[in-house]
Amino acid sequence: MKAVVHTWFMVGRQARNLMREPIWIVLLLVQPMIWLLLYGQLFKRVTHLPGGGFGTTSYIEFLAPAIVIMNAFFGATWSGMAMVSDLDRDVIPRFLATPVSRVSLVVSQIVRSALTALIQGIIILLVALLLGVRVHAGAAGWAVVLLAAMLMNSAFAGISQGLALLTRKEATMIAIANFIGLPLFFLSSTLISLKQMPEWMQELSRYNPVNWGVVSAREVVLPGSDWSAVGVHLGLLFALTIATAAFATWTFRVYQRQL
Amino acid sequence: MVEGLQKRYGDVQALAGVSFRVRAGEVFGLLGPNGAGKSTTVKVLTTLTTPNDGRAEVAGHDVVHEADAVRRSIGYVPQSSGVDRDATGRENLTLQGRVQGMSGRRLHDRVDRLLELLGLADAADRVVRGYSGGMKRRLDVGLGVVHGPQVLFLDEPTTGLDPEARAAMWEELAVLAREEMLTILLTTHYLEEADALTDRLAIVSKGRVVVEGTAEELKGRLEGEAVMVELVDGEVEAAAEVVRSLAEVREVTADGRLLRSRVADGARAVPTILAALDSRGIQVEAVTMHRPSLDDVYLHYTGRDFRAEDEAGVGGPSE
Repeated sequence: MKAVVHTWFMVGRQARNLMREPIWIVLLLVQPMIWLLLYGQLFKRVTHLPGGGFGTTSYIEFLAPAIVIMNAFFGATWSGMAMVSDLDRDVIPRFLATPVSRVSLVVSQIVRSALTALIQGIIILLVALLLGVRVHAGAAGWAVVLLAAMLMNSAFAGISQGLALLTRKEATMIAIANFIGLPLFFLSSTLISLKQMPEWMQELSRYNPVNWGVVSAREVVLPGSDWSAVGVHLGLLFALTIATAAFATWTFRVYQRQL
Repeated sequence: MVEGLQKRYGDVQALAGVSFRVRAGEVFGLLGPNGAGKSTTVKVLTTLTTPNDGRAEVAGHDVVHEADAVRRSIGYVPQSSGVDRDATGRENLTLQGRVQGMSGRRLHDRVDRLLELLGLADAADRVVRGYSGGMKRRLDVGLGVVHGPQVLFLDEPTTGLDPEARAAMWEELAVLAREEMLTILLTTHYLEEADALTDRLAIVSKGRVVVEGTAEELKGRLEGEAVMVELVDGEVEAAAEVVRSLAEVREVTADGRLLRSRVADGARAVPTILAALDSRGIQVEAVTMHRPSLDDVYLHYTGRDFRAEDEAGVGGPSE
């Protein structure tokens, strides 16, 4: 109970700081917008490739849900930065000398990160709507896309928080974010249908959490949703989120032991 | 109450059996150079880390077995400011009060009063990023006392402040200690700070407490006066020999071109020392004489010069 209440306090702290400079949410949206507006236009003919597998002739409709996921994923790989800064400035030690719930210090960072992904996801979807994209599964579809985005983000935010607590260096964090970010992105069906990928990449993508998120979100946007596929992939993402949150909590204990 | 604390970080023995006792309501100082083990001691007492050996009680609670009770009774001001720089002063204080279990009217009034007391009322709703170093440090102290703790831990409270802000900080702390009926434990490597601010102090060196008492007691235990002789050139060892052989002089140490010694009566000893040096042809640049300072106390108990050791900074993960 204390953990939940304290997480709420800590998320409140982060939300206030974020809202004080809302410009960041917009600046961070520049990149996904470029993918959606420029890349989406540039490659709009790919849906006509022989072999297909896109499930739609509108590339923007194929791309939009994946961009929501991509944005959530890349946002997550940076989420540990806030932890590094709290550690550097002795904010965490100051809280540790109080009865504050230890778990709340870590979990609130993950929740803050997921909430950012949610807000950005809504904005990206609204822009996609203006571009003529339809979420075929309706309100339930919206809920699934946004839930997938939040889980996608939380799963990797857990890893990022863990790395922040283990390395405590921004430079190392940036290197690792780049190292895992781009490969996982390209080994997913974010930009192109699975059928168009080389076989070895198709095989790898099945174990790629980014692809799990893309599949869940895309299923509900395109016509003829396969709800069992949605369920399985969301379930996998949820399990991963729990595992990485546990990892982050463990690294927090490692950090405490070093004090 | 602290008894035989030991703490190792890998091969580094940060604390090698620290023991001391602080009385309720007093301002107690841990004085020592960088790397002596002051910060590590504070980390153990604030439950941030656990000792490898030894026992400590804070406000009647064991720091290992009753950590949460300790955390409710203490305030902690870390060495580098622990404030959230992206939040306002008021938000910082309010959140700190919340995690200490305060809420509603009581919290609101307490925050208002502290902002007033710390001279931050005008800046209360501004983001901390724009605060001066002194304001940030005062807010740090506010965060430490928001829940009305019994004991306040201050780790190097005035490091990095300019002399003016430092003096102001000393005053703030004195007022707080009185108004809040606080017991304060502070660490410092400023001898003047320990002298001016603390009721009693312990000198820490290489992970141990070497002596404990009031500044006056410690100075009083060194009878007589300190005489420093500065030589024209480097024959310091020969000069030390000469001075050591004199009956009036005790504890001679050589340091560069400087010869330190203690004598019972400076006015009588100085001419003797100068005559002895002169007879060996050793030229003297300057002579100074003063009542024992904490510098001399430190030198006496550790055999090392405080400033030299502080600059060398033994290091250690705590600093």
